[in-house]
Amino acid sequence: MQVKVNGEAVELPNGATIAALIEQLALAGKRVAVEVNEDIVPRSQHPDFSLSEGDRVEVVHAIGGG
Amino acid sequence: MTDTPEIQLPEDKPLEIAGKVYQSRLLVGTGKYHDLMETGHAIEASGAEIVTVAVRRTNIGQSPDEPNLLDVVSPDAYTILPNTAGCYTAKDAVRTCKLARELLDGHDLVKLEVLGEHKTLYPNMPETLAAAEELIKDGFKVMVYCSDDPLLAMRLEEMGCVAIMPLGAPIGSGLGIQNRYNIRLIVENAKVPVLVDAGVGTASDATIAMELGCDGVLMNTAIAQAKDPIKMANAMRLAIEAGREAYLAGRMPKKLYASASSPIDGTFF
Repeated sequence: MQVKVNGEAVELPNGATIAALIEQLALAGKRVAVEVNEDIVPRSQHPDFSLSEGDRVEVVHAIGGG
Repeated sequence: MTDTPEIQLPEDKPLEIAGKVYQSRLLVGTGKYHDLMETGHAIEASGAEIVTVAVRRTNIGQSPDEPNLLDVVSPDAYTILPNTAGCYTAKDAVRTCKLARELLDGHDLVKLEVLGEHKTLYPNMPETLAAAEELIKDGFKVMVYCSDDPLLAMRLEEMGCVAIMPLGAPIGSGLGIQNRYNIRLIVENAKVPVLVDAGVGTASDATIAMELGCDGVLMNTAIAQAKDPIKMANAMRLAIEAGREAYLAGRMPKKLYASASSPIDGTFF
């Protein structure tokens, strides 16, 4: 299946979880926050939250700003 | 003996934001530095305890070993203040704050800024008010970047914002405090801390903000874009302290003409 991650198309196995996506992005263990279709998915739910075809996922972190 | 009027000095209250007391009245941003090492050193030199960060997309598949800002500016050592920079609507600002709260394990202190247009980055106050209302309802502690309109500042305080942060001049302009009178009025009316956010260019600008009675100053570019950011961070620390002390000391009244400092009596010529 295909999902949009930070605006880019990403291929994932059907039913892949957010935790699996984060692993695939080499972001495991990093401080990130995840939104699916504009709703926050708390970190505690990442291992159980299955993504669906066409989901819009945002993975964000803190960067320098004023 | 004639009665001398009692001198009313301002009360020296510690800076308290959302129930937490801070020793430093200088808040700093983390943008526009050459690298994270410089960011870390400048923040240390500034003595700041509250540090702003932005929330942005991670780079997919790019250098996973890249150091993270929060490794340098640790939430254990600093109060991290996520901002909503780059947001032009209340909706985007609220979304950003929710992501920030998740990112920082439920930490709910945020710097709300909703911008109006690209050229001046002037705050869009109708959207700012809408976002503030929604965020406060959702339990956020909102420090709000706003125009220097005294009435809107009061409105934001009534709504429950924990700090009012009028601009001294446009973000990143370094023009200094352009409307001292309005900043002064906002300070006089407010019961929550008032911090000048944006516009400071050099140390004297920060001192002026503090002499006006502001509770603190938030700055980024003035330090990050100085030729020597670490030296400027230290200068800003001293400037904030000097301005605060001068405010507490109560300045002499301004006079149109001279008044000799040495006595006239006892001259021998």
